[in-house]
Amino acid sequence: MSKEVIVATGLTKVFNKNLVAVDHVSFSVKHGEIFGFLGPNGAGKTTTINMLITVLRPTEGTASILGYDVVKQANEVRKVIGVVPQEYTADEDLTGYENIILCADLYGIPREVSKKRAVELLELVELTSFKDKKVETYSGGMRRRLELASGLINRPRVLFLDEPTLGLDVQTRAATWNYIKRLKEEYDMTIFMTTHYLEEADTLCDRIAIIDYGKIIITGDPEELKHSLGGDIITISIKEDVDISSIIRSVENVKEVRNENGSYRIKVESGEETAPLIIEALRRNGYTVTRLSLTEPTLNEVYLEYTGRSMRDTEESKEAFRSQRMTIRRARAR
Amino acid sequence: MSRVKEYHPSLLRGLWALTVRELKKWLNDPIMLLMLVIQPLIWMGLLGKSMNLAAMFSAGNLGNIEVPEKIPIPGNYVIPPANGVIYVSGTMVSQIIQQTVSDIGANVMRNVFGVTDYFSYMSIGMISMIVMTTTMFSGMSIVWDRRLGFLDKVLSTPVPRGAIIFSKVLNATLRAMLQATIILTLATIFGLQLSPSFTLINMFGVYAAIFLLSVGLSSVFLAFSLRSTKLERPMQFISLITMPLMFASNTLFPITLMPDWLQAVAYVNPLSYLTDALRQLTILTLDVSKLTTDFMYLGFFATVLSSIGIVLSWRYLSK
Ligand SMILES: Nc1ncnc2c1ncn2[C@@H]1O[C@H](COP(=O)(O)OP(=O)(O)OP(=O)(O)O)[C@@H](O)[C@H]1O
Ligand SMILES: [Mg+2]
Repeated sequence: MSKEVIVATGLTKVFNKNLVAVDHVSFSVKHGEIFGFLGPNGAGKTTTINMLITVLRPTEGTASILGYDVVKQANEVRKVIGVVPQEYTADEDLTGYENIILCADLYGIPREVSKKRAVELLELVELTSFKDKKVETYSGGMRRRLELASGLINRPRVLFLDEPTLGLDVQTRAATWNYIKRLKEEYDMTIFMTTHYLEEADTLCDRIAIIDYGKIIITGDPEELKHSLGGDIITISIKEDVDISSIIRSVENVKEVRNENGSYRIKVESGEETAPLIIEALRRNGYTVTRLSLTEPTLNEVYLEYTGRSMRDTEESKEAFRSQRMTIRRARAR
Repeated sequence: MSRVKEYHPSLLRGLWALTVRELKKWLNDPIMLLMLVIQPLIWMGLLGKSMNLAAMFSAGNLGNIEVPEKIPIPGNYVIPPANGVIYVSGTMVSQIIQQTVSDIGANVMRNVFGVTDYFSYMSIGMISMIVMTTTMFSGMSIVWDRRLGFLDKVLSTPVPRGAIIFSKVLNATLRAMLQATIILTLATIFGLQLSPSFTLINMFGVYAAIFLLSVGLSSVFLAFSLRSTKLERPMQFISLITMPLMFASNTLFPITLMPDWLQAVAYVNPLSYLTDALRQLTILTLDVSKLTTDFMYLGFFATVLSSIGIVLSWRYLSK
């Protein structure tokens, strides 16, 4: 078995002949990785997932999961994947337990097995005491966990998570990630996820791809991406009122120095290693450092650098959450 | 963790699971079940009992016609002629008139409707009417599945695509059959007169006829709903066509009383054939040749519409 679990080559989706939602996207995900798609609303994350999970047919390009082509061997793909969609898709009128069993039936899992598994999974996501309650009485967090549990009923080898923590509060988000990590270890899964929470992508993903307007802008592991920005920023002040730019510039690994009214903004490869060297060089020249601060770039800076936009779109994600609730309400109003 | 063996999703298993889901949805819903009972009650009250055509001709309406106690008959009408007049009992004449008119009324009813009471006639028409709307709406329910993402979720599982389509069709059909049973029971309680030739075996025929119409209609509506981008379209379409379909058929009035152009529509309207089949099987004296025609037409209708519907839905689901 190849180590590449997901391979996408030139994957493209055009809606209505003119809306290019996903534009020649190529990437690969290795066994055991958590691979994250990071991008703003409408970037094409869900559309990409839908092509990978065989729900949408690519307009162009190919993709394969564990070597199975998503178009030609769609049925094989479906057997090995688990999906936790962006929306809450559980049937409101059924109980949590019934929903999971329904999923199991669709996979053709024998009832003896699925009953045991459903109980196990519900236990795992801490829904045991609600298992016989109708889903319409569940909170957002409970619904997410239920989606998670039903996405795992077939013991998938590749799990697709579309914004798994969208609209959850900070605590529930953390808890959800704990489940996901635990499940990943337990079932030895490869995970493909999308998110627009930067912290989440940063702490959880082994590798991320930033996608905007349907195109992958850059792929790499979070540290790598941050370093690609040119490293850390050191800000330094000295007692003396002299321009020390040239001294700093002579220090190894310093990329850029800017004098901002007596305080110097220095872009360096690695802040931890270079800061002592700068202090040392200044001391040798007889200057005294009075202040020093070190900032590591966050994914936000990365994001800003590559998309030209800030990713701090909490308002937007709130909006997304609200529209999701609307969908649920509309369903109930039926 | 050992890798689990591969499972084999089967059409029947998936079909059953998805159908049970739908059944649970409405069988667990008491209001919905209550509606199933109330709706026909309203129809029966409004159409069957209040618009009681037979009553116009029945003896009851003649009860208060005043007939003098003694009716003089002029001499030249009496053979042999006699001087003066003879008398006939007014009560007797009144009875004769009432009886005659009543007989004529019943004959008119039988000639026009095939049965002597409009209530029976109309109740059966109502079954096919309600069966039709129910099926159309059930076919439409896939719109919700699509909207709420349930459909995408199901599509990402290896369940055969056919199971998704057939579960909708099957659900529509089962629903229609249950409704038909409820209406027939209620109508019988309220005075529907089953024909002497009716046996429980006829019920299989009733279900078969309903099945054919339901399969045809629901699969077309399924395809239509899957493909229309606006949720409201199928709804609008249903409200647009139900009334015309009802009036251009024999559900409420016999086709023979209609103007020619309407007759032409009624003769291709599958609702006419379903209604006639149901009437043949329940309240009329069974006419086998007519019933055969009905079933042939319904079978044809079901085959054509469900082929179109299933092919279109299939294409959509495996796009
Ligand atoms: N079925 C569809 N028909 C037409 N256009 C679509 C369809 N689905 C998505 N789009 C469009 O494709 C683009 C990408 O949508 P997609 O849902 O993939 O974005 P996303 O990255 O998942 O966004 P979000 O963060 O809001 O979930 C959007 O412009 C959207 O309007
Ligand atoms: Mg999305």
